[in-house]
Amino acid sequence: MMDSHSFSNVIWDAFRTRWMILRIALSERLAYRGDFVLGTLMRFLPIITQIFLWWAIFQSINPEDPNAGRLSGYSFQDMVAYYLLTMVGRAFSSMPGLSSSIAVKIRDGEIKKFLVQPVDLITFLFWSRVAHKIAYYTIATLPFALVFFLCRSYFTLGWPEPWTLAAFVASLFLSFALGFYLEACIGLVGFWMLEVSSLLFVYMLFQFFLSGHMFPLDILPEPFLSIVNYLPIKYLAYFPAAVFLGKVQGTQLAIDMGMLVGWTVLFFVMSQVIYRRGLRRYSGYGG
Amino acid sequence: MPIIQIDQLAKSYRVYQKKEGLREALRGLWKREYKDVDAVKDISLRVEAGEFVAFLGPNGAGKTTTLKLLSGVIYPTSGNATVMGFVPWDRSLEYRRRFALVMGQKNQLWWDLPAQESFRLHQQIYKIDSDSFKKTLDELTSLLTVQELLGRPVRELSLGERMKMELIAALLHRPEVLFLDEPTIGLDVIAQHNIQQFLKFYQAERGITILLTSHYMKDIAALCKRVVVIAQGQIQYDGSLSGIVDSFSGDKIITLQLAVGQSELGLDRYGELEKIAMPRVSFRCPRSEVSKSLGEILSNYQIDDIAVEDPPLEETIAKLFTHVSKDSADGSADGNAKNEASKGNSMASNKP
Repeated sequence: MMDSHSFSNVIWDAFRTRWMILRIALSERLAYRGDFVLGTLMRFLPIITQIFLWWAIFQSINPEDPNAGRLSGYSFQDMVAYYLLTMVGRAFSSMPGLSSSIAVKIRDGEIKKFLVQPVDLITFLFWSRVAHKIAYYTIATLPFALVFFLCRSYFTLGWPEPWTLAAFVASLFLSFALGFYLEACIGLVGFWMLEVSSLLFVYMLFQFFLSGHMFPLDILPEPFLSIVNYLPIKYLAYFPAAVFLGKVQGTQLAIDMGMLVGWTVLFFVMSQVIYRRGLRRYSGYGG
Repeated sequence: MPIIQIDQLAKSYRVYQKKEGLREALRGLWKREYKDVDAVKDISLRVEAGEFVAFLGPNGAGKTTTLKLLSGVIYPTSGNATVMGFVPWDRSLEYRRRFALVMGQKNQLWWDLPAQESFRLHQQIYKIDSDSFKKTLDELTSLLTVQELLGRPVRELSLGERMKMELIAALLHRPEVLFLDEPTIGLDVIAQHNIQQFLKFYQAERGITILLTSHYMKDIAALCKRVVVIAQGQIQYDGSLSGIVDSFSGDKIITLQLAVGQSELGLDRYGELEKIAMPRVSFRCPRSEVSKSLGEILSNYQIDDIAVEDPPLEETIAKLFTHVSKDSADGSADGNAKNEASKGNSMASNKP
């Protein structure tokens, strides 16, 4: 019988390792405060251009009264509200630089560190990424709150139900995990290709349109709508926003949540498999 | 039982044969030719606990590949190896907690953070309890005199200081086996000396086993009693450093200081003249003829001083390397270098 004391020790130890990685990654992140703060704030600029863009689109739909126009059931207000929510979603699910940093680690041989030292690469990257996100939110929460406050009139439905809100928060955390393992898989292809930037470019292009970042996916005509509904990338931006706006409810919400968990687990397992296979192939580039 | 046991270890890489020109590059898009490169072929070696062994060899000889195999970073093509009873490329966590690898050209510390942050992470991942962590860290930092630098971001340290921090990071968990790949590369003479002194002291005190590769003969002379020469992916020599000269150089260098008014004429009959800077003359003489030549010289010339020395180590080793690569270029037998070794008779190095 494995005694419960040593088992809880193992768990405690694993937790402490992750905590230490997170702490160190966080302090590294803060080493470049200036650049970091500026970079975080600049990300809010596109909001303005995006609002103007949708205004122009609705104006062309109904030149008399753009506010009354409808695009597949979305009013101008709905569209802006949707866009702001995808911003929140993407703040969780986007992983700037993850794939390329993995590929660089493979190419330059920095990955050796994770073969020699008793620490797992993917665990390490995951918790450093959590640290990145925490650092990001520390800076970005205030501006986010300000933007939402200024745009509160666009949320015509008001605050969602507590349960919907809970589902929204859960979907954000899961979209972080999904986004992480998805891009980790792309980076790990670096074991075979050494350079993953073109692969990443293709992925980003698809992600831009099919995650719902650009427009709400439910305005798509069939059969595209059904196709994107079966793809995992809709969970990176569209899904959390749709949950918040009450578009996914009841059984459908349960199914989608299940799918999201399923995809996350699938990409987690895939990242492990690709990593193991890649190491087999790895011959220690870069001296 | 030896702590490191290597049996007929071999590693070959498959590399893409890139040809010159656009045409060939286009052809390479769908049809690629590969070539197998043997980085290490058939190496067998035993290292006992507490030994300090140097791997010596030209670039691309297979030294680093051997260290990579022993640290489990790459899989061998064939053969076996165990370190402390572990098969390195199984990469068990238990094995990882008992050895360390330091590469002079690679940075393992967090670049933008003070070294002590990296050390804390090591404490956690290597499960070092806080008492022994503190004790080891104090000891290492005072030995290497870097106490004041612990709080400074690694990117602001000099190369020598950084190397010291790398060593501390590698030694915090008190590894029993340490692999050092060019630990003094790029360092100035003083920094090199500091690192050497530290390694020597630490190894003697702790009795750990160290395998080191280096291009600096001074490193090796200062540290290692045992030298393994690797070239063309094979072990060419295994023994003491001075033994290399005995085995691979059949000559001695005789330096004469001639008395005033003496001419060097005729000395070339005893060997190939190396250097003439009157009144000093050096020439190379086959070992077997040293005593005979000296006798004749002493009776024919007026000499103020005589020195008989081994040729410089670097030269012997350089000769050994070129010798080996020439052998393999001829496609002749592998053992030639070793045959050569037995030819040079072992007259003790007589320095009067």
